Amino acid sequence: MDDAILQLNDVRTHFPIQQGFLFRRQVGTVKAVDGVNLALKRGEVLGLVGESGCGKSTLARTIMQLVPTTGGTVVLEGRNLTACSVDEMTVVRRDLQMVFQDPYASLNPRMTVFAALAEPLLVHGVCKGDEVVARVTELMKTVGLAPRFMQKYPHEFSGGQRQRIAIARALALRPKIIIADEPVSALDVSIQAQILNLLSQLVRKMGLSLVFIAHDLSVVRHISDRVAVMYLGKIVELGPAADVIDHPQHPYTRALVSAIPTANPDAERSRQRIVLAGDPPSPINPPAGCAFHPRCPHAQEKCKVAFPPLVPSGSREVACIRLGEI
Amino acid sequence: MALLTVQDLRTYFHTRNGVYRAVDGVSFSLDRGETLGIVGESGSGKSVTCYSMMGLIPQPPGRIESGTALFDGVDLLRCSPEQARGIRGKRISMIFQDPMTSLNPYLRVSEQLIEPLMIHEKITKDEAIKRGLAMLEAVGINDAARRIHYYPHEFSGGMRQRVMIAMALITKPELLIADEPTTALDVTVQAQILELIKRLQKELGMAVIFITHDLGVVSGLCDRVLVMYAGRVVESADTRTLFYHPRHPYTRALQRSIPGLQPKGSDLFTIPGLPPDVSKPIAGCAFSPRCEHAQDPCRQRDPALAELAPGHRQACLRVQAGELT
Repeated sequence: MDDAILQLNDVRTHFPIQQGFLFRRQVGTVKAVDGVNLALKRGEVLGLVGESGCGKSTLARTIMQLVPTTGGTVVLEGRNLTACSVDEMTVVRRDLQMVFQDPYASLNPRMTVFAALAEPLLVHGVCKGDEVVARVTELMKTVGLAPRFMQKYPHEFSGGQRQRIAIARALALRPKIIIADEPVSALDVSIQAQILNLLSQLVRKMGLSLVFIAHDLSVVRHISDRVAVMYLGKIVELGPAADVIDHPQHPYTRALVSAIPTANPDAERSRQRIVLAGDPPSPINPPAGCAFHPRCPHAQEKCKVAFPPLVPSGSREVACIRLGEI
Repeated sequence: MALLTVQDLRTYFHTRNGVYRAVDGVSFSLDRGETLGIVGESGSGKSVTCYSMMGLIPQPPGRIESGTALFDGVDLLRCSPEQARGIRGKRISMIFQDPMTSLNPYLRVSEQLIEPLMIHEKITKDEAIKRGLAMLEAVGINDAARRIHYYPHEFSGGMRQRVMIAMALITKPELLIADEPTTALDVTVQAQILELIKRLQKELGMAVIFITHDLGVVSGLCDRVLVMYAGRVVESADTRTLFYHPRHPYTRALQRSIPGLQPKGSDLFTIPGLPPDVSKPIAGCAFSPRCEHAQDPCRQRDPALAELAPGHRQACLRVQAGELT
């Protein structure tokens, strides 16, 4: 794809499980991300959804190269990040920034807002002297914070305001891509809406690409252009947000969508909910074949043989061999 | 007769930084077998309301300033410790948000599960274990006979919440208080737990108070809903009325800020500003600084809950005056 800014080719991130104290030996692997192919376009918002433990945060950290990649390539504008040295990565990270879930944990309590926002500017040497103050002022205005709060500490702000500071810090180096890992999960509904609006405004105004990780499908549907649904380290469905969430095709996406409670009592009481049995299986010992088959209401013998590849189905791609039959 | 009647409950926290009016004049009642949802943002006082009834408020700094909570004729706020022990854990049970921290990691599930039975009923340990097994099966734990002897860390989050529910229901309580029981869980597991609570409620005929910040959870589960803001109830109605004909500006704003079916690209409706600081006295309506309809009287007069229609009460002066439709 020509307009892709970021391309993931068969990305795998595995973690060894070690046992023993004196003689550490590897007893298994956690396949947190296992063969993900994905392209992010310029100015696109890509939603990444799935249950906890499905590998969505590890995928984000793999893109950022915060964890070592086991296999595959992460290509940002023609440059393969998995082959970059530490020094090269420092330069690349200007284009690639992250916003984390918990704004209480992601800001240093001993740094003022000014110090937190000035740090990336100084580390990367993009501003000097007076320019720093001007840029920090500009950043605070961009995210809707009054610049007079510059000398305050994080504890003086509410959760929503802290998340704004975290977003301002991610914007400081004018990145091309922002990866937001559950940025609104820790916030109240009324504050959540403010942060969602801010993120979509920034994407529109600055032409950013955004990878938006969340477990709340209604939030993802609202903000994303495309959605990727992950299950045990693999993408099972990928396509335009409204199509995937309003008319899910993969049995897992169907169950996920049907599990969301809606604020509509009549619909809520009449609808047929697909309640999945059991918990997500462990990525240490994923089931053979399609990883979803032990919980899938449509599973057959052939599902236990091989993991189905993502195949095009209309506007999207789905990884289910029984797609035509169900 | 109502199973539980709470009248004018006020719980304040006296701290060095001032008096936090966490719950400031809450009244409601609950019938046998009914499900009541209490909805509000963090800090709105929904949990403190229930903790006050259960005697779980640390005193000091907390203090219950006024009010009564009549449970089947006994005032929970003023009864003797012996009376309270006879009710708590037997006739009223509670489940908490975080199943990871509300089980004792040092005790096998079997020990914790039968503890309420051993305390409240004359029963041998063998019989208690038998009832524990039946309860674990009822909450959908397979292979219960083996797993009852596991430690909490050997269960997943959803399974631990099932254990918590089993423990809460083992004495067949008349009232279950569930404080955000699904907030820490995945949506697919949340759906399982909600179905489970619904089914067990029908089987045991108990009343449920369900505390949550998620309006979606309330809509499928509850008969009636209280909406709280800054320690007060701003609206209470049956679920259908509350969702289809909300009257209080805060309830309306809350509903409009849920990302639902708005077309993509359009901005979500947001409530400007932040919830008020309850450590400072609030003049007039607590929501007025954020309310698009606020006028001068709203900032001066304390609004009281008034009945709009039978069973539908709300606390907005302008709605009461007929100025807002």
